[in-house]
Amino acid sequence: MAFNQELEALTKAFSGHGVDEKSLVTILGKWDPLERESFRKNTPHSFIEDHERHFQRWDDHYVRLLKHEFVRFKNAVVLWTMHPWERDARLVKEALKKGPSAYGVLVEVACTRSSEELLGARKAYHSLFDHSIEEDVASHIHGIERKLLVALVSAYRYEGTKVKDETAKSEAKILSNAIKNVHKKPINEDDEVIRILATRSNKHLRAVYKHYKEIAGKNLDEDLDDLRFKETVQCLCTPQIYFSKVLNAALRIDVDKNTKKSLTRVIVTRADIDIKDIKTEYHNLYGVSLPQNIEEVARGNYKDFLLNLIARG
Amino acid sequence: MATLVAPIKTSPVEDAEALQKALKGWGTDEKTVIAILGHRNVYQRQQIRKSYEEIFQEDLIKRLESELSGDFERAVYRWMLEPADRNAVLANVAIKSGSKGYHVIVEIACVLSPEEVLAVRRAYHNRYNRSLEEDVATNTTGHLRQLLVGLVTSFRYGGDEINARLAKSEADILHESVKEKKGNHEEAIRILTTRSKTQLMATFNCYRDDHGTSITKVLRNAIKKIGTDEDAITRVVVSRAEKDLKHIKEVYYKRNSVHLEDAVAMEISGDYKKFILTLMGKQD
Repeated sequence: MAFNQELEALTKAFSGHGVDEKSLVTILGKWDPLERESFRKNTPHSFIEDHERHFQRWDDHYVRLLKHEFVRFKNAVVLWTMHPWERDARLVKEALKKGPSAYGVLVEVACTRSSEELLGARKAYHSLFDHSIEEDVASHIHGIERKLLVALVSAYRYEGTKVKDETAKSEAKILSNAIKNVHKKPINEDDEVIRILATRSNKHLRAVYKHYKEIAGKNLDEDLDDLRFKETVQCLCTPQIYFSKVLNAALRIDVDKNTKKSLTRVIVTRADIDIKDIKTEYHNLYGVSLPQNIEEVARGNYKDFLLNLIARG
Repeated sequence: MATLVAPIKTSPVEDAEALQKALKGWGTDEKTVIAILGHRNVYQRQQIRKSYEEIFQEDLIKRLESELSGDFERAVYRWMLEPADRNAVLANVAIKSGSKGYHVIVEIACVLSPEEVLAVRRAYHNRYNRSLEEDVATNTTGHLRQLLVGLVTSFRYGGDEINARLAKSEADILHESVKEKKGNHEEAIRILTTRSKTQLMATFNCYRDDHGTSITKVLRNAIKKIGTDEDAITRVVVSRAEKDLKHIKEVYYKRNSVHLEDAVAMEISGDYKKFILTLMGKQD
């Protein structure tokens, strides 16, 4: 390879999700001091030129970010090896610590796991953190989101096939009225909406979703403005679309580190469940295959690991 | 301690055959039903049910339902169910009976261990094809709904750790909510429905120390009290006969200077009375 090509390859090795360990070993590992200096001078966002003293130093902020990229593979491995119950318990704990911007993970865990899986997560939470999930969610969250989130993590939904269609129809009507009256009563104060979303079975809610479309002409999640309620409906009724959207957002260049983390989270937590359906939905929505997108944006061992996980489905 | 008196070795086949004799034909030999079922523990009763099914190709419970009647039938039916299934039935009855039944929901959710409540929720799925919280929620509104749904969906941490500072601050919140009409009921509900039992005990102790009165007295007045009725007698005796009915009898006597069996015997009659007293430990 010509030096310019090597420069390009090495810049690429440091950009994206994870790092390209192989290039770092084969290219960077053989460069002499002049070549490395050339690298420092040619990547201004990672290095700061000290003109007075004539040297280039790493940008501190960039080095901190770089640490996350090296560790991305390790985190994926640890998360993948974990028992699903511990995994979900830790995801919830982390989301509570991070604050409101991460509460979507609470919705995700509560609404896309089976009743027994969510129960297992609650048991693991006892063991790991000496509190119950609902206790911590209730005491950490003080705002308007509390009612919905506590109700969602406490659910033990019926999982059978029996659905009363008249009830689903009338509850679709209740939701439609609640949405129309949102200016009079905010959706997070509407006990009936929370009751329906937090206690009804998945099958029932999908029937409600269908009837809502017939009544209101639009999809239920589209008509909900509150982000948590929107996510709740998406996770319960159209999970593959929800996960495709999360993945797509995570695979953009220059996303914040929390959004980046959702790539690992979604792939690790869905690889055994419905990653095949998610891949199909992803292709429907974005016209490009998920493996291809990952190939473009992820690097090194991290990339190979993810591609292996999604190839299982 | 249990009040149930059951022999250690029994033959489920013999019991099944004796019961079939007692239940067939025109009349019913209630004495035999009481003499057998009133002296069998939960494991033995399930064995009898299984043997009966194998020998006579019929569900013993269905046969009992059709041959017996009234309070007696209700008591025996509930006695035959496994504890989790029984509590699911009790919860469903309670929900249907509106405000009269709420204390039963509270009882089931708070007295049982988290694993036992879970078993009830599973049994409820199997029996009614809906979740317990679904039904509680559709039949209640406002703060009561929040409280009852919160109680039945809780899966409390079971450890012994106590946070003393938290107990004090949450006792104050409860006090404010209970005494002042405008109190923060949502916070009080949060505390009661999510904290571990050990933490709640510490909180209640702080409440008593800081505010002079026992919160249980206050709560008892807050949740409507229902007078003694047959359903309550059946429920308590059938649910506790194999657990701690003896202890309950001792506490009852200390508080009321009357034996629980005598108090109960005055209120009820017939085969129902004989069955209940048998479960309470009465020997013929």
